[in-house]
Amino acid sequence: MAETKRVVVAMSGGVDSSVAAALLKQQGHDVIGMMMRLWSEEGSEESNRCCTPDAMALARRVAAKLGIPFYAVDAQSIFHGTVVREFIDGYTHGVTPNPCLACNRYIRWDFLLNRALAMGADFLATGHYARVSPLLPAMGNTLQLLRGVDPLKDQSYVLSILTQAQLGHAMFPLGEFTKPQVRQLARDFGLPVAERAESQDLCFLGSSDYRDFLRRHAPGVDQPGPILAKDGRQLGGHHGLAFYTIGQRKGLGIGAPEPLYVLGKDAAHNALIVGTVAELGGQTLTASSVNWISGELPTAPLRAQIKIRYKAAEAWGTVIPIEGGRAHVGFDFPLRDITPGQQVVFYNDEICLGGGLIEA
Amino acid sequence: MKTYKTYLDYAATTPVDPRVLETMMPYFRETFGNPSSVHTYGQQAEATVEEARETVARGLNCRPEEVVFTSCGSESDNLALRGAALAARRERDARHILISPVEHHAVSHTAQQLAALHKFELEYLPVDDAGKVHPREVAKRLRDDTAVVSVMYANNEIGTINPIAEIGALCRERGIPFHTDAVQAAAHLPVDVTALNVDLLALGAHKFYGPKGVGALYVRAGTPILPVQTGGGQEHNLRAGTSNVPYIAGMAEAFRLAQIEREVRISHLKPLRDRLIGRVLEDIPSARLTGHPVTRLPNHASFVFEGVDGNALLMLLDVAGFACSSGSACKSGDPKPSDVLLALGLPPRWALGSLRVTLGMDTTLEAVDAFLSALPGLVEKARKA
Repeated sequence: MAETKRVVVAMSGGVDSSVAAALLKQQGHDVIGMMMRLWSEEGSEESNRCCTPDAMALARRVAAKLGIPFYAVDAQSIFHGTVVREFIDGYTHGVTPNPCLACNRYIRWDFLLNRALAMGADFLATGHYARVSPLLPAMGNTLQLLRGVDPLKDQSYVLSILTQAQLGHAMFPLGEFTKPQVRQLARDFGLPVAERAESQDLCFLGSSDYRDFLRRHAPGVDQPGPILAKDGRQLGGHHGLAFYTIGQRKGLGIGAPEPLYVLGKDAAHNALIVGTVAELGGQTLTASSVNWISGELPTAPLRAQIKIRYKAAEAWGTVIPIEGGRAHVGFDFPLRDITPGQQVVFYNDEICLGGGLIEA
Repeated sequence: MKTYKTYLDYAATTPVDPRVLETMMPYFRETFGNPSSVHTYGQQAEATVEEARETVARGLNCRPEEVVFTSCGSESDNLALRGAALAARRERDARHILISPVEHHAVSHTAQQLAALHKFELEYLPVDDAGKVHPREVAKRLRDDTAVVSVMYANNEIGTINPIAEIGALCRERGIPFHTDAVQAAAHLPVDVTALNVDLLALGAHKFYGPKGVGALYVRAGTPILPVQTGGGQEHNLRAGTSNVPYIAGMAEAFRLAQIEREVRISHLKPLRDRLIGRVLEDIPSARLTGHPVTRLPNHASFVFEGVDGNALLMLLDVAGFACSSGSACKSGDPKPSDVLLALGLPPRWALGSLRVTLGMDTTLEAVDAFLSALPGLVEKARKA
């Protein structure tokens, strides 16, 4: 058995984090469960999907069953100040943010990791499907973030913000398993977990639609403006840039000889740019706040498999690192929905090299 | 995980005394009858319950028929408040309820519901910075239409003991029913209802080494009160439901032991408590004792630390092997300063950093010293976290 470490597991009451905790306990580690209380709108404080009272009760039961201590940690104000703030700011500035990524950056791998270290833990573990390579001299003593072995569940995308320091304290016990195997493990361990429907909704929206949320929290976001063709012709009017996504076809309210798609947003002029399917897409993008997981800026352009959304198919392309933590990305073929505000992530086969924010 | 744990949360609950457990055992399988039954099984069970009632009555210095067994301290508080308020409304159209702002939620939430649903006017008594209610403040606020007054005997969060006998005397003069929640006090303080001048007094067995799931309410003969739980005629028509015979027997034994061993227990607890309070205040900067420095429960120490995250401190303590409690910590990760600490006038910066350490008969000097060596470092950690 490996050396015994004190490991804090971020628990959610779901199958994945519960099995992660069980595996670590089985490996003989000194395991502590933690669950964060995240922010929800006033009046629906209990409804953040990541930490409902039911989910918390379930996580508590799993912890009791495993014989590990369990603590709820208040992260409401930091969550609001970072993840929710960025979400609102992003939409206000015409981009489409990814709050799950922000949550990993500011909440899990900063706030919670620091809490764990303060408790004397050596590691923070999560139920993400990803792996950390062993530290090998042959690799220049650099830790690598690897994809989870289950291609359908791989979550290295949302972890592309990790640094060497964070990886050094990260454990992903599920990285070697497939989702069906994890479900089987949950049964084998006799864990009282409920299968939560996987939802695309954001945790802090509760039951409300993101558009209503934005109307409440970002006054002015529903500022109407023109819908323009690429050549500047006005084709109609929109109800607020935040309510449209790149590649969207329905709901534009314009009669045209051929279907029109949202091509982009001109936040400076509050204009929605539309065009035909032929005009949709692009072959290049620029990313900012680029994180190279190795901690070292590549010295030459590199070929990579590239994801422009969590669930997007990978595309081959060339990444050219440039100054100021930025990168130019050229794709071998045009992609339809390059969306400013989303994370672009670079892979070399199994290795997640890093990623950055797609600029407007 | 650590195998050795030090339990320092006796105000939350206590382990069942082995003698109490032994008393309870025959009533699960041997004398298991329903006290309401006509046959001999029932008669034996009934005798057990009535004997327990006599035992509890002796400890309370009242008549057995003035003791109502319930399922817990909270139920006793509910019955006292709701039962007395609704009876006073019916008998004399009383509409005013007077309680302290540092009551247990079993009292305060019941009073709030009576105000919200039954149009009672709820008034809170002021407390001093130790959380103590002064009798003159009660005297000023008593009215002819006061339905019931409730002031807790000793506070669970801050340990302060209230002058119940004096408040009781004032209420008695005006003929107004007076309830005291003695759930926390009964483990260590005399609960002589005659000396205390109370009409209603709530007990919960698990605070004094009895089992969870059983409590009692003293109802002075002649006090107008309506049942809250209706059904069969058990407990003098005040609390329907088949008597929980083994637990009632256990409660009576635990209560009896608490009376006869009171001096021994206090002489064990108080020096440990005083050592703990003294050292914490000496060793830890920006620390304050909450509650009264002298008029407090003999096993109770409670503090606030400026700028400390009370929840984080509890976690750190637990991981280090010490089980404590706090007024602001909450299991769901949504800490709010407690009503009690805010009522003392503490700013949130202090009130969120609370810690309650309550000692019991199994607490040793070594355990207290181990706790005292660990605490300063953990408080500093929780200040930064």
